[in-house]
Amino acid sequence: MRYLMTSLASDTAPDDKLFAEMGRFIEELTASGVLLATGGLEPGGVRLTSSGGEITVTDGPFAEAREAVGGFALVEVRSKEEAVELGRRFRAIVGDGVSVLQQVFGP
Amino acid sequence: MTRVRDAHRTVDAVWKLESARIVAALTRMVHDVGLAEELAQDALVAALEQWPAAGVPDNPGAWLTAVAKRRAVDRIRRERRLAARHQQIAHDLGRDLDVDRDRGLDEELDPAPGAGQDDLLRLMFVSCHPVLPTEARVALTLRLLGGLTAAETARAFLTGEQAVVRRIAAAKRTLAEENVAFDLPAPEELAARLSSVLEVVYLIFNEGYAATSGDDLMRPALCHEALRLGRLLATLAPGEAEVHGLVALMEIQASRSAARTGPAGEPVLLHEQNRGRWDQLLIRRGFAAMLRAREAGGPPGPYVLQAAIAVCHAQARTAEETDWAGIAALYDALVRLLPTPVVRLNRAVAVGMARGPQAGLDLADELHADPHLQDYHLLPGVRADLLLRLGRSAEARREFERAADLARNVAERAFLRRRAAEAAAPEPSGTTLGDAARRFLTRPELDAPTVRAYGQTLRRLGRTLGEGPCWRR
Repeated sequence: MRYLMTSLASDTAPDDKLFAEMGRFIEELTASGVLLATGGLEPGGVRLTSSGGEITVTDGPFAEAREAVGGFALVEVRSKEEAVELGRRFRAIVGDGVSVLQQVFGP
Repeated sequence: MTRVRDAHRTVDAVWKLESARIVAALTRMVHDVGLAEELAQDALVAALEQWPAAGVPDNPGAWLTAVAKRRAVDRIRRERRLAARHQQIAHDLGRDLDVDRDRGLDEELDPAPGAGQDDLLRLMFVSCHPVLPTEARVALTLRLLGGLTAAETARAFLTGEQAVVRRIAAAKRTLAEENVAFDLPAPEELAARLSSVLEVVYLIFNEGYAATSGDDLMRPALCHEALRLGRLLATLAPGEAEVHGLVALMEIQASRSAARTGPAGEPVLLHEQNRGRWDQLLIRRGFAAMLRAREAGGPPGPYVLQAAIAVCHAQARTAEETDWAGIAALYDALVRLLPTPVVRLNRAVAVGMARGPQAGLDLADELHADPHLQDYHLLPGVRADLLLRLGRSAEARREFERAADLARNVAERAFLRRRAAEAAAPEPSGTTLGDAARRFLTRPELDAPTVRAYGQTLRRLGRTLGEGPCWRR
């Protein structure tokens, strides 16, 4: 089963140690076939709203920077507990902040 | 209570993520896969005892590894003391007996940086060692590298749990008796040893893939297990083209999972699948693995060729755009390396599409004498399709009936009976759907996208009503 983990942007600037640890973590997850895709997201972005057939396109930012999603990871795991465990390791590396895990249903 | 259950599920998840690394590291320490696994299991038991009360440690993997290593060290110390004592008795006085004999044991056992990856690769080679029968290799690989329990393996392979337990115990005994070293194979041995590993991984994949129904989650889960093993192997042995070929083949086959069955669980042939339901992420991963296979170089082996065929199918936006000439050429090459009856039958289908039904039928007819295909419903199924396309409908009907009799799957049998009945129907005197569709599509006022859109639907309809080849999913 697949889980998408999204993480809120954090205001702590990453240092070299964090980069190195994160690099190792991502390498390990990729090697073991768990990590399918990952990436960081531009702050802000573009919002599309449809209302009464009308579609409005607005440039961001829309919320406090700390409430915006800053990155994602799509993982393939055998159970929810495995996803939580991986999420836990990720949080232990990046420090204070919030991530959300959601199961992804098939195409 | 819930907390205890949650903790158990967490322990299980951590175990599945970590056990291969722990067992691999321990095997390097104690030189015995069976003992290593036993020690790792001891650590798992300790976790099950302690975590529900004390909570899951911050780094559970490191915790398990540390406990297992401690037990291994204790065990080695005890054995060394015992050996020393024996020596002492033998030498009577035991002047040189050094009680600090095991000083530095921890450093001695500490792995060099990067040893973890090599250990995992060694563990794969040991689990898939040719001295073991295939079933034992599969069971041991799932156990040692996937962390599956005997019960999970039994469920996946539809056998009894005790049989799996016995199989794993026998495998460990054989490895110990045959003194199988925890080493990477010598260069001259590498190809044979690697093909044994690839065979096991693909077998696990197919066991999961063959089960079309999702009733039993364990069987589709085997596909993921095999993909995971393949992706891991690709990182451990990046220079081997066949490893990437196998990964590409599995990624692309897995990409079709959602499209392979219809609403009632009936099998949907590759040709008729809704390509919109193919998983593009897996297809892209398959293409990427194929590029890595090409970078690794060398003449294409059987997995690279099968993957190349899968790539051809995945690249066609519609079934009609399939590059049958390319696929037939790949099958010509594959059949030289892997002349199995099933490959030869698939080649007959591809050639029938690329070079006309008679050319396909000639190849299918060569397979008649093959004892492996005597009871295989796809042989008459393929012949029936080709005969129908040649206008020999009476023969086609007989072949469809034969295929239906041989098919083991209920939905497939019903499908073949329907085709037999349609083939038997007397040639209609009026306009056929096929003719009407062709006339409709060749009207000059239709633009290309319209022709493509209508054509797809009409051809699918035509096939459902009894046209087109039987093709593996």
